[in-house]
Amino acid sequence: MHPLRRLYPELQIQCNTSEVEVEDIMVNMIIDGKNVTAKKGTMLLEAIRNAGISVPTLCVHEAVSRSGACRLCVVEIQKGSRTRIVTSCLYGVEEGLIVNTQSTRVLNVRRLVLELLLARCPESDVLQKMARDLGIEKEPRYTVDTDKGKCILCRSCVRVCEEVVGVSAIGLFSRGSYKKVGTPYNEPSDVCIGCGACVYVCPTGHIEMTSTGDKRKIWGRTFKMQACSKCGKHFAPIDQLKFISTKTGTTMEELSVCTECR
Amino acid sequence: MIENPDTQARQILDNLTLYYGPKKKFVAICAGTGCRASGSVQVKEAFEAEFKKQNMDVDVLATGCLGFCEKGPMVIIHPDKYFYEHVKVEDVPEIISKTIAKGEVISRLLYRHPDTQKALFREDDLPFYKKQHRVVFGRNGMIDPSRIEDYFAIDGYQALAKVLGEMTPDAVISEVKKAGLRGRGGGGFHAAVKWEGVRKAHGDPKYVIANGDEGDPGAYMDRSLMEGNPHSVIEGMIIGAYAVGAHEGYIYVRNEYPLAVEHLTMAIEAAREKGLLGKNILGTDFSFDIHINKGAGAFVCGESSALFASIEGRAGEPRAKYVHAVEKGLYDKPTVLNNVETWANVPLIINKGADWYASIGTEGSKGTKIFSLVGKINNTGLIEVPMGTTLYEIIYDMGGGIPNGRKFKAVQTGGPSGGCIPERLLDIPVDFDKLYDVGSMMGSGGMIVMDDTSCMVDVARYFLEFLKEESCGKCVPCREGIRRMSDILEDICAGHGREGDIDILERMGAAIADGSLCALGGSAPNPVLSTIRYFRDEYEAHIRDHRCPAGVCKALITYSINTEKCTGCGVCLKACAVNAITGEKKKAHIIDSEKCTRCGACIQSCKFNAIQVK
Repeated sequence: MHPLRRLYPELQIQCNTSEVEVEDIMVNMIIDGKNVTAKKGTMLLEAIRNAGISVPTLCVHEAVSRSGACRLCVVEIQKGSRTRIVTSCLYGVEEGLIVNTQSTRVLNVRRLVLELLLARCPESDVLQKMARDLGIEKEPRYTVDTDKGKCILCRSCVRVCEEVVGVSAIGLFSRGSYKKVGTPYNEPSDVCIGCGACVYVCPTGHIEMTSTGDKRKIWGRTFKMQACSKCGKHFAPIDQLKFISTKTGTTMEELSVCTECR
Repeated sequence: MIENPDTQARQILDNLTLYYGPKKKFVAICAGTGCRASGSVQVKEAFEAEFKKQNMDVDVLATGCLGFCEKGPMVIIHPDKYFYEHVKVEDVPEIISKTIAKGEVISRLLYRHPDTQKALFREDDLPFYKKQHRVVFGRNGMIDPSRIEDYFAIDGYQALAKVLGEMTPDAVISEVKKAGLRGRGGGGFHAAVKWEGVRKAHGDPKYVIANGDEGDPGAYMDRSLMEGNPHSVIEGMIIGAYAVGAHEGYIYVRNEYPLAVEHLTMAIEAAREKGLLGKNILGTDFSFDIHINKGAGAFVCGESSALFASIEGRAGEPRAKYVHAVEKGLYDKPTVLNNVETWANVPLIINKGADWYASIGTEGSKGTKIFSLVGKINNTGLIEVPMGTTLYEIIYDMGGGIPNGRKFKAVQTGGPSGGCIPERLLDIPVDFDKLYDVGSMMGSGGMIVMDDTSCMVDVARYFLEFLKEESCGKCVPCREGIRRMSDILEDICAGHGREGDIDILERMGAAIADGSLCALGGSAPNPVLSTIRYFRDEYEAHIRDHRCPAGVCKALITYSINTEKCTGCGVCLKACAVNAITGEKKKAHIIDSEKCTRCGACIQSCKFNAIQVK
């Protein structure tokens, strides 16, 4: 089962990974010297990973559409005599493509991106581990930020809220280095249902959600939790269940039983 | 020019334009934004009032920008084309009684050659205009942009009649292809290739868009075209729409250009009224209309995919463009997006023919290009020259060289993410490819001239600061990288540069260019990389010697008084706001560098050039 289904048992989760229709035609490529075949319409990133080659990513999440924001997945491709850097998570596979995932240019971009993110989010253990795995150290020339938390602005939270949950309680505001994720005007959101899907997709654990007893706190709002009518466990915000009820027509009574007791 | 005058489209246009021939006697007053700021509207009204009072039948034309903004308000008396500069309301009665009534020239209002001080009479005699080739921009001076009739009088919409009456869409595309028209917005992509792509693309509806989101500091050629000759842009778009099979178009224009918005709105309404926009244009079965979309001033919205997002009502953020706009552009439909100036070239190509157009310019870059010439240059303004004109000709012949006898240092082309070109490369012919070869770019045509009082590290710092603010913030290399490069440049200018900073800037620059999602980040390191390439010694002087050779970076300079030149007059002492200057009357003064804030007030106050900056 898709992990988000557990949060939304009644909703259809659409996994949006490609804008192009997947066709039953296979294409041949050479990736890091290996011959690789892939289905036309799929993305280069999947072809590379299927070939057993690892590519780091932070903004790719199976539940949401891809933005190409983190730039870690870039690879160098060669078509004819022309080589260029492309975003493998968004670049469709092509017949005859020669792909290099370890070229100097690729490694320089990866190194830069991780150095920049380490300076932005010095507390992030996820970034530190990824940097260690890739042999990248923090760049001492940058003064580390103290006000960004662990948010790398991958926008997975914004997309899950819009595309999967369908409420758009959070969004991106401001521009450039002032860009932030949050609710409108940083005020508690009326449309947020407290579901925590944003917490679930966040790759660095930036978004804070605390659940104690019959209360859950997220994005500056406190939600009352529903107690399971069978086992009595507080399992979901009442607002979330009401939302699902309106969307699916399932009665609140039915929804008041937690997934384990159903 | 008219090969087949009998088509229905031509007949309808002829009926529309029957009464509008070129005028003979008229007064043209530049009413572009620059000249308006220096009072040209008042001058125009004074002319109108005076003509009325004297019962004279002379037309007064408030034209679009004439380009020589340094000399505004400008008045040109036709048919002799006498050129008067800095005209004031008080000058109007004399101009009418002498020049218009008797043909006498008023010497004090004439332009004087800066070297010989000789007065020059006519517009075409001025060195600024003489070497230009103003096929697109020169028409600004013949029309009042708020009147469609004026555009008719200069063969307006003749190209459209020709296209609709006599040419197939494919013939239009092949004519534009033969002309070799490349996009004027920066990329230099062949316009006909885009058009062909959209014509062949599946998807309905198709869109044509004019990109008027000109955001480069100091650049205003698109603004001057939209303000000064809006119908030329609209006519170009209708022709393009016919060629690709589009029925809907947008002009994306910055809301900071109120006059452009006003004139475009008037022009679209007038064209609709005359049946040149809307259903069944010129009696044919081709229909097309244009909407104006006002941008809120984000630099990144000039990028195609961010521009589409903005029109669609979303935040102006680019996306990866592996599926091109010709297939999936605005609302994911096939879209032609061309720059304002590109569209304005289209009617000319149709009217005068591809061979004529291709005869102007260089092998790879055809036609003319409008540049805005600003910074440390005598003749600030807009110029239009054939592609391939050298930077030297632009800066010295048309631009009149560097003011105050200072020395040329560099010219920044291509806007904030262009590069700085040094003196030894001034002989390169300006076209898309040559500028790229030397580490800069054509961009939309901004040129900022710098003299020896400009510090190249400070220039790079300024542009990175601008780009840091204008990055949309979507991808990491651009959002975080430009900010870090900007921090390092701040440090260097503040005297905190470290050994190894040049290397890290170069490394970051290459990776940001490679790793960014769109062209903003892709070209943002250019100002840094090109100044390091050509002015590395200045960076080294800042970092190693804590010295700013140009005397700009405040933390690295000291003010002192040349005791031989100082007369002890005491003026600087009074001018200094922080009491850093001391000294007895008639004896040389001293500056306390601890107290001095390097504000420059003393330099401005000293009549004896006694203040030194080191």
